Amino acid sequence: MIKKRIIPCLDVKDGRVVKGVNFVGLRDVGSPVELAKRYNDENADELVFLDISKTQDGHDLMLDMIRETAKELFIPLTIGGGIRSVDDIRQLLNAGADKVSINSAAIKNPELIREASDTFGSQCVCVAIDVKYDNERKDYYVYTHGGSKATDIKAFDWLKQAADLGAGELLITSMDHDGVKEGFDISFLKEAVKLVNIPIIASGGAGNIEHFVELFNETDISAGLAASIFHNQKVEIKDLKEKLNEEGFEVRLS
Amino acid sequence: MIGIVDYSLGNIQNIKNALEKLGQDFILSSRKEDLMECDAIILPGVGHFGEAMNTIEALGIKEDLIELAETKRMVGICLGMQLLFEYSEEGDAAGLGLLQGRVRKIDTDHTIPHLGWNTLNSGYDALDQRDAYFIHSFMVTRSPHIIATADYGVDVPAVAQYENVIGIQFHPEKSGDAGLEILRKAIKGGFQ
Repeated sequence: MIKKRIIPCLDVKDGRVVKGVNFVGLRDVGSPVELAKRYNDENADELVFLDISKTQDGHDLMLDMIRETAKELFIPLTIGGGIRSVDDIRQLLNAGADKVSINSAAIKNPELIREASDTFGSQCVCVAIDVKYDNERKDYYVYTHGGSKATDIKAFDWLKQAADLGAGELLITSMDHDGVKEGFDISFLKEAVKLVNIPIIASGGAGNIEHFVELFNETDISAGLAASIFHNQKVEIKDLKEKLNEEGFEVRLS
Repeated sequence: MIGIVDYSLGNIQNIKNALEKLGQDFILSSRKEDLMECDAIILPGVGHFGEAMNTIEALGIKEDLIELAETKRMVGICLGMQLLFEYSEEGDAAGLGLLQGRVRKIDTDHTIPHLGWNTLNSGYDALDQRDAYFIHSFMVTRSPHIIATADYGVDVPAVAQYENVIGIQFHPEKSGDAGLEILRKAIKGGFQ
């Protein structure tokens, strides 16, 4: 059967990895290529690079970085951040990305999802959705621009629409849980996974190994993503996968 | 020398990277004269079966590929694997017909696409119990040439081999060290 996927996410600015990377034994902790090799060797199942540069120079440096990384990375690589058009996607795929993750641009122009999946195949189109619970409106809503802008779009509506438009996968970040390290947003994810027939990557809230066990026990989610706990080695991917294996989940061990 | 068939469909950068990692020289071409110089041909492909066959027909290389497969090792990857067969319901189109079998939508209760890492089951030691990265919605059926499968509620054909023609449904270039080794064996003489 298909295995549960464990996916580290790296924030990249101007071609360099930023934020919370604290790997022992790396000559250059900011080098995406070195980190990618490291995660490749640790049996991460995929990698996500999120470009937070927001500048043309940053975008160009990202392309160079993908070209370099792809030479040493023989697991799937997803690139997100600042993607606005089919041309942006083409550039990233040509540089060596396997999938792209579209967020704010898809909210602004949902047809971009259809255009991208018609052009390149739905397998490489991941739609990223940042979700936050609104206490007043008593529902989950979508946020854009790295979670800084609220919208009037209900999260459950949008994820169904994204799937209908041809997304091959969804990457859902629960903003209430992100950075808090108290576990994934199980109640939201449980509902979300029932609404679509495409794989969902859960993000936001993982602080320890048990949180992943809980995610896979409580929901039918197929992949868990985290950043700092992998970068600072609070959670070793090897230990995490061994634990999941003990708990009866199929994971890739070698 | 390996020849990668250039018909502008899908992302071949990572196949090139994998061949470089394996220390394998390659060229990218759609010209029969170039490909005739190669020991093995890789037919890559991502996307839509019908459109891929249209492109191959438009480039006028369908007959060339069939002819090349008579003397060269021919390795199809992902959609490239499916194109080796007789027919696909994706686009209701005929394939190259180098292998017996038909391609149809994966019929399973699980989510489609079949996406992620799955374990190969095979009578061949070089393939059995290896983990491979899959991403596809269609699969080969009714083929006598399948030598490895993966369980996804249904046995999904993962590798097909008949004489010098090999099809690989997953992405060996994205399946870690195990994948690179499978790719090396495929272009170097197949699975024994």
